[in-house]
Amino acid sequence: VNIRRMQMLLTVVGMVILGAAEVYVPSAAETADATKIVAKDFMFMPTPVTVKAGSTVTWTNMDNEPHTVVSDTGLFKSGGMDTSESFSYKFDKPGTYHFTCSIHPRMVGTVVVE
Amino acid sequence: MSDDKSMLSRRNALKCMAYGGAGTLFALSGGVFTPIDLAMARGYDESKEGRVLGRPLFVQISDTHIGFNKEANPDVAGTLTQTIDIVNRMSVQPALIIHTGDITHLSKPAEFDLAQQLFSRLRTTEMHTVPGEHDTTDATVTEYFNRFGSASKNKGYYSFDHAGVHFIALINVLQFKPGGLGTLGAEQIAWVAADLKGRSASTPIVVFAHMPLWTIYEPWGWGTGDADQLLSELRRFGSVTVLNGHIHQIVQKVEGNMTFHTARSTSYPQPLAGVGPGPSPLKVPADQLQALLGITSVSLVKHPSSLALNDTALA
Repeated sequence: VNIRRMQMLLTVVGMVILGAAEVYVPSAAETADATKIVAKDFMFMPTPVTVKAGSTVTWTNMDNEPHTVVSDTGLFKSGGMDTSESFSYKFDKPGTYHFTCSIHPRMVGTVVVE
Repeated sequence: MSDDKSMLSRRNALKCMAYGGAGTLFALSGGVFTPIDLAMARGYDESKEGRVLGRPLFVQISDTHIGFNKEANPDVAGTLTQTIDIVNRMSVQPALIIHTGDITHLSKPAEFDLAQQLFSRLRTTEMHTVPGEHDTTDATVTEYFNRFGSASKNKGYYSFDHAGVHFIALINVLQFKPGGLGTLGAEQIAWVAADLKGRSASTPIVVFAHMPLWTIYEPWGWGTGDADQLLSELRRFGSVTVLNGHIHQIVQKVEGNMTFHTARSTSYPQPLAGVGPGPSPLKVPADQLQALLGITSVSLVKHPSSLALNDTALA
């Protein structure tokens, strides 16, 4: 085996992993009873998310522009979230909950509570 | 800067270039609003040339975003102060100031308080406002209305007359639909129809709202979904000027007797439609920022009677 070539390959693999690290991936512990959704590049990610009844979902704004989280039914509404600010809501009842950013209504997402 | 080349003497053209882009001044000329540069408005006097430029009717200030502090402009209070200085230095003060929304960045009481403190320095004291979506993000949507709601009895829309011009202030940032554009709503459109009923078609009309009342770029929500119903109520009038903010840059369109114009922000620029993931604050080199911020002013030109619009930058 060509060692130099293997080193190059490892470097490339390392770069791919580093690149992937920029994408938010919730850990297993986080998905157990709390779910995190980010607002980034004018999108809610991930969406839809599925949680168990009683779970708390936390939205965090990672853009340089404020966002809000507003339930389509009026069940919950954050204020304007500046960069790095968060909003949480505890879902007690099973159902499908759609939400929108009222500043950028094209940003939509869904929480499914089982 | 004016599209009406006939209004631009070489001297004024040079003045325009010197001042770059701080706001837009509008003049009503032959019943049609035409933008003229604030730098020109500053030169208004009773001379023949001054009269051609028109008497400043109002200045449009937009998207002041008090509370914003990111790198695209760490000092939005400073650039608003500069804007106010430019307006205050106009040799003939405009009768009115119109603010087309996003007074604040996050609808916080302290942001509104600072904005009002800064506005209090304007020599022109009559100010009309409509809210932007950044002004209505507080949970109860009360901070804006507690301060600016009296003119509309907290409905957000109202009309008034000044110098023979009929002004209509509209709100299109509340009844948003998921995935959609700004919305006026049936109730507000019905109110406009009633408000215009019986008015002479020769009455110059100025309509102002925060989000554009024409679709500039749907994927970013740069438009109002039910604006066509509004515009159909306005078509019979000989001079309609539609003024908006929201997109932090000048976009203009003339369609029949209607002139559509969006003003610059006094806070930070935004990208051109569709450039990048969304309408984020655009960071530009510090020495270029002021040329991208500004206001719009509108002048009343008597012979022929018309409105002229004018955009002026801070630098």
